[in-house]
Amino acid sequence: MLNKKVVVLLCIAVLVVAGCSQAKKEAAIKVAMVTDVGGVNDQSFNQSAWEGLQRAEKEIDIKASYLESTQDADYKPNMETLFDAGNELIWGIGFKMADVLSELATMNTEQKYAGIDCFFEAPTPNLVGVLFREQEPSYLVGYIAGKMTKTNKVGFVGGMDFFVIHKFHYGFLAGVKEGNPDCEVLVQYADSFTDAAKGKAIANQMYKNGADIIFHAAGGVGDGVIEAAKEQNKYAIGVDKDQNSLAPDNVITSAMKRVDNAIYNLTKTLVEGTFPGGTNVVYGLKEGGVGIAPTSYKHVSAEILEEVKGLEAKIIAGEIVPPTSSEEWEAMQ
Amino acid sequence: MLHNIALILGTTLMYSTPLIYTALGGVISENSGVVNIGLEGMMVVGAFAGAAVGYFTGNPWIAFMAAGIAGGLFGLLHAIACVTFHADQIVSGIAINFLGPGISLFLSRILFDGATMTRSIDLNNKMPRILNSIFPNENILIEKGYEGTRLFFMNFMNLFLGNRYATVYMAFILVFIVWFVLYKTKLGLRIRAVGEHPKAADTLGVNVAKTRYLAVITSGVFSGFGGAAMSLAIVSNFRPTLISGHGFIALAAMIFGKWKPQGALLACLLFGSAQGLTVFLGQFDFNVSSSILSMLPYILTLVILISFVGKSVAPAADGIPYKK
Repeated sequence: MLNKKVVVLLCIAVLVVAGCSQAKKEAAIKVAMVTDVGGVNDQSFNQSAWEGLQRAEKEIDIKASYLESTQDADYKPNMETLFDAGNELIWGIGFKMADVLSELATMNTEQKYAGIDCFFEAPTPNLVGVLFREQEPSYLVGYIAGKMTKTNKVGFVGGMDFFVIHKFHYGFLAGVKEGNPDCEVLVQYADSFTDAAKGKAIANQMYKNGADIIFHAAGGVGDGVIEAAKEQNKYAIGVDKDQNSLAPDNVITSAMKRVDNAIYNLTKTLVEGTFPGGTNVVYGLKEGGVGIAPTSYKHVSAEILEEVKGLEAKIIAGEIVPPTSSEEWEAMQ
Repeated sequence: MLHNIALILGTTLMYSTPLIYTALGGVISENSGVVNIGLEGMMVVGAFAGAAVGYFTGNPWIAFMAAGIAGGLFGLLHAIACVTFHADQIVSGIAINFLGPGISLFLSRILFDGATMTRSIDLNNKMPRILNSIFPNENILIEKGYEGTRLFFMNFMNLFLGNRYATVYMAFILVFIVWFVLYKTKLGLRIRAVGEHPKAADTLGVNVAKTRYLAVITSGVFSGFGGAAMSLAIVSNFRPTLISGHGFIALAAMIFGKWKPQGALLACLLFGSAQGLTVFLGQFDFNVSSSILSMLPYILTLVILISFVGKSVAPAADGIPYKK
């Protein structure tokens, strides 16, 4: 009986050690990040963030590391572990970490924190929120959809009905209208970021109702949307990363969020001593923080892409301001 | 309007299928007296094994079998803990729910260059859509010269059945098989006997441990199928969030269905149709928050549970380890 217990305990110990092992090397400045539940290789957000940190490690004198969260409750302990490890700056990836970040930033005033997709009402001097102008790439892919639809009907599938997704939603609406004023946009929210079957059901319904291109901003739900496009031989537009590899014949473009660029740039300010503590930083087209997918040329004609370039320049110049909410969208009508 | 009904029915079938497999797994295990809340974890490994093997072999049937085997191995683990070592079945189930995603991610990283998401499977290498050639989509129908009511009918069938994968029909067949085995064969009688009164069964010469092993492993195999029905048919890749709560919904469906295969089937279909209805209603601009709307399946299930189903009674020895 005793032997059995010892074996079990040993197994647990091995697992725990394996789970926690994180190479520690001495370097000038240590920067670390905590992923959300997607994990560091999620082909999306967290991965992009880690790529940014790795680039920073290569190009500027920092030492990067990460901890993964398997559930929401892990965020805080992970942050504390990184705090104890003596990191100069700790990143939280994802809007769900906003509360934990602001709580810890108030507590540990010497420690610098930053959060991707986090907006802080009144950030302390050691805290930075990083936001993206998702409406800008959404506007661009909307324009492409408006130009490319043959049925004058396109669709938008949102994840959850809240402000970050609204930026995709209304930016897309405005872009479609710019590209094709007669085009109707079907909109539906899945109320989930994981339910692929629901995404597929919604997309099937939209395609049935005549839409021929669907843009999704819905994480894992989008897998279902893209699958429906594949089955029905229609078009889909990806989000966050270049999702063309999921269905090379059907994903015509993607509204990309360059989390890597944002992380790299902000980490650089830390080394240069210009860390914008106490503010919320916003990345858009101008800062290289968002854009459309590099594989767009495969399906979108050079002519349309040329026009998109023109729109990009106008957005950067401030001549076009894509809406971020239903109020702003209404005001444009 | 009729096409909307076809869409709702189609969504119902799509949604229910993974749940049906997994709920059947629950039925078998619990009828033998072993509570299996590890269904979720078994589904996850099944989904992963299906997607990974499907990607590398390009053969959906091998992939589907691999998913069953992966689930079955986890079933074996649960059986070893619960039957041989008399461990608490809930605790073992929870452990499996952690272990399933953990191992899947671990293997995924090894096989797919560090990615937690498998690469997608080509449409032709997914489960076949058996009736798709009989009921093709609208454009092909028009090309073929269908018109009027015939076009209407064929279109209806396309939305309802034409886009459904083989996994859907297999799930229904499996319900029948499980029902037949449980209620019409000697083996089924033994399974139910060890779930109701293991001591009596033991006295009469039924090998309780062996029967329970068989049932729990089968339950893992079916859950693995459930996961693969997700990753090989509904979508074509695995990602960590692909199975999020399906195992628990299947568990609930099994209880809702009074621990019977046919009951579990109805419960899964009910849940699926409520989802279909939610998607259908979601297209209209109601001024109702989508969050409220998406509660519909759960509320509907609760209401029906309370008003129509009545008391469900678990097998008497369900959850109790048997010690000679």
